[in-house]
Amino acid sequence: MHDKIKAYLNSYTDSASLAFYRIAFGFMMLLGLIRFALNGWIDKFYIQPSFHFTYYGFSWVKPIGMYTYGIFILSALSAIGIIAGYRYRTSSLTFFLTFTYIELMDKTTYLNHYYFTSIIAFILIFIPAGAYFSVDSFKNPEKRFTKIPRWTVDILKLTLAIVYLYAGLAKLNSDWLVNAMPLKIWLTGHAGLPIVGSLMLKSWVHYFFSWFGTLYDLGIVFLLIYKRTRLLGFAFVVAFHLLTSLLFPIGMFPYIMIISSLIFFSSGFHKKCLSMLAVTLCIPLSKSEGDTFYKPKNKNLYKGSILLVTVFMLVQLVFPFRYLCYPEELFWTEEGFRFSWRVMLMEKAGYAQFVVSDAESGKSLLVDNEEFLTRFQEKQMSFQPDFILEYAHFLRDHYRAKGFAHPEVRVQCYVALNGRLSQPYIDPAVNLADEKESFAHKKWILPFNENIRGF
Amino acid sequence: MKKLLFSVCFVSSLLLSCSSSDNSESNNNNTKGYDRTAMLTNWADNIIIPAYENYSSKVNTLSQRTAAFTASPDASTLASLRTEWQNAYTAYQYVAMYDFGKAAELYLKQSANTYPTDVTGIQANIASGTYNLNLQAQFTKQGFPAVDYLINGQGTDSETISFFANANASAYLTTVVNQLKTIAETVTADWKTNFRSQYIQNNGTSVTSSVNKTTNNFIKNLEKDVRTAKMGIPAGLFSNGTTFPDKVEAYYKNDVSKVLLNAGMQAEVDFFNGKAFNGTSTGASLKSALDDVKVVRNNQNLSDIINNQFNLVFAANNTLSDSFSQQIVNDNAKMLAAYSALQQNVVYIKVDMMQALNMTIDYVDGDGD
Repeated sequence: MHDKIKAYLNSYTDSASLAFYRIAFGFMMLLGLIRFALNGWIDKFYIQPSFHFTYYGFSWVKPIGMYTYGIFILSALSAIGIIAGYRYRTSSLTFFLTFTYIELMDKTTYLNHYYFTSIIAFILIFIPAGAYFSVDSFKNPEKRFTKIPRWTVDILKLTLAIVYLYAGLAKLNSDWLVNAMPLKIWLTGHAGLPIVGSLMLKSWVHYFFSWFGTLYDLGIVFLLIYKRTRLLGFAFVVAFHLLTSLLFPIGMFPYIMIISSLIFFSSGFHKKCLSMLAVTLCIPLSKSEGDTFYKPKNKNLYKGSILLVTVFMLVQLVFPFRYLCYPEELFWTEEGFRFSWRVMLMEKAGYAQFVVSDAESGKSLLVDNEEFLTRFQEKQMSFQPDFILEYAHFLRDHYRAKGFAHPEVRVQCYVALNGRLSQPYIDPAVNLADEKESFAHKKWILPFNENIRGF
Repeated sequence: MKKLLFSVCFVSSLLLSCSSSDNSESNNNNTKGYDRTAMLTNWADNIIIPAYENYSSKVNTLSQRTAAFTASPDASTLASLRTEWQNAYTAYQYVAMYDFGKAAELYLKQSANTYPTDVTGIQANIASGTYNLNLQAQFTKQGFPAVDYLINGQGTDSETISFFANANASAYLTTVVNQLKTIAETVTADWKTNFRSQYIQNNGTSVTSSVNKTTNNFIKNLEKDVRTAKMGIPAGLFSNGTTFPDKVEAYYKNDVSKVLLNAGMQAEVDFFNGKAFNGTSTGASLKSALDDVKVVRNNQNLSDIINNQFNLVFAANNTLSDSFSQQIVNDNAKMLAAYSALQQNVVYIKVDMMQALNMTIDYVDGDGD
């Protein structure tokens, strides 16, 4: 066993694979950041709102006024650094830090593919993706390696495999498979499409999409791993993700996944792509000849990083199952829902009317959420308990400053999940001003009274 | 293997090519009820345009009565002026929710019905004789609430008549009514010429599509203009228990707050059910859309749940006094009960209906995943 691991760690592959992925990923990130800026979202999501929803333990990560643009610029510059392979380690580290900082500023904008990006960016710091077809290797032949350890490519494949497999497992639930929810809702919204519109109302279509999506997520990695089925798998990847991008507002995610799945192809393919790119750009693929095997500058640091990413990947495998530690229905409480590849999994909406009262005077008032939150924030807040609690604490502090001697905050909240009639979500009697945020189960979430079976 | 690959590519390209041409042509597909074009056509032709025509004509009559009154102010011209003011104000309730297109551009809603009205500001305008009602700062000094103050807020009939002996006062009344008339006529004309076809053609599913925009305005009107403004604020729900009997709609006339509330509610109900403004026939609507995609909640059609709740809302409203000012002072609990009944329907509509029809609350245009 020990020998096998050792042999594996000492097996090598062509460094064209990582170089290819480095350029492809960096390019998608740059595009994503430019798109984000052009949509005016930096201002809309991070500058304009007076209040931000933070992650537990990361409340210190906040937008920094106009300097927030600086973080985005730095992030875009480091993405360019990744593409060019210029000061690769610094670039990838900077990209990871800036991108993750951006994502932590406000959880209103949480997306699984942002989380995916952060994970890939983290891994990129530790693997020699800048060793080939890069400014670094052109400038310094000592940094050029044509052969790199196999695990550095496999770890990217493993990450992708986790995303797909876990997304597939998450779909193995009664709402998705037995009731075709929420696709029934989402697809009927497309009934106005020409030609296929009427299909979108058909029940069998809802079930077909649900089951096909599940099988796709569970099986795609296996199709991509084996050489004989790889092309077929990739055709599925392209078809599936383009279809989802047409039907759902999911931004860059489909394209990032399409590009990422190319990592499963042979290094010969990656080299061909790089050659074409080199010809287009009129630059050589490599400045010197001959094969060189990757040699870490600092052996102990290298060993340490192998250990670190191993632990990191183990955590990745276990973390999505943390929901098992919580009682009640996961979709309802969302305790352990984020950061676990539950992608496009449910349709949830809520309405939250906060009531602030002063325990001293006994008087109370209803809160107009639009006074403090953007519509996007209000939408996200109204069905997620951690948002509700954080906002309640904000209201407590706000009204205390406004002269309430002892503000109590309660909420009348209704939530509709996957096409069930909206029902009370939060115990309206509980004073949220006194409730503390923690990783423990939130007892003031009212019971769901139904069972969604499965993962 | 190659055959399989080919067929996968073929099927997927077929799917893609079919779905990528969103709204490129007006769709005559037979997806019953969920046909956005049919829905928009019914809304425009049978509900919105007739409501605007009615509003325009009522405001026009109001303008004639104003001219008659200012020409010869007496008890009889005053009485008919007051009647027409109430008729036009009621007609306004049926157009208040269509706050987009020309109406939004000309601030029809803000200039017609911002209350409580700014009495000091109105007096200052009358005294100076110079004002530009197009300015946003003037929204609190015009519209139906300002007319209400001018013709109902001066004491007895004879006191009112003598108030208008001041030429500036009578000119102000004329200008305010003219402003209502100009905006009403411009918006109505725009709907009947350019906007109708533009509105119906924009039949997609995006946040800026007509169905989405109209539905969002329908909800916003229910939530902000009907629930919060007509009931919540005067009843003190947003002000730490301090009630505001003087912030009710039509405060100076005082005994029509309930009539106006119920008119606003009826406009909402009729829009939801797709009922023609001039008649009893119904067409493609939010209700028919819900029914055609068979939205059932707890073994009941969601459309029925919503309509039943509307009935409860009317029942609660009808326990209220004609004067909300009095109701708030005498028995505010009934105001609160009526508010709660409406609140429940805001939840059904804003959460359940929007989810079932896969529509987004406006301007939430970030990515999902």
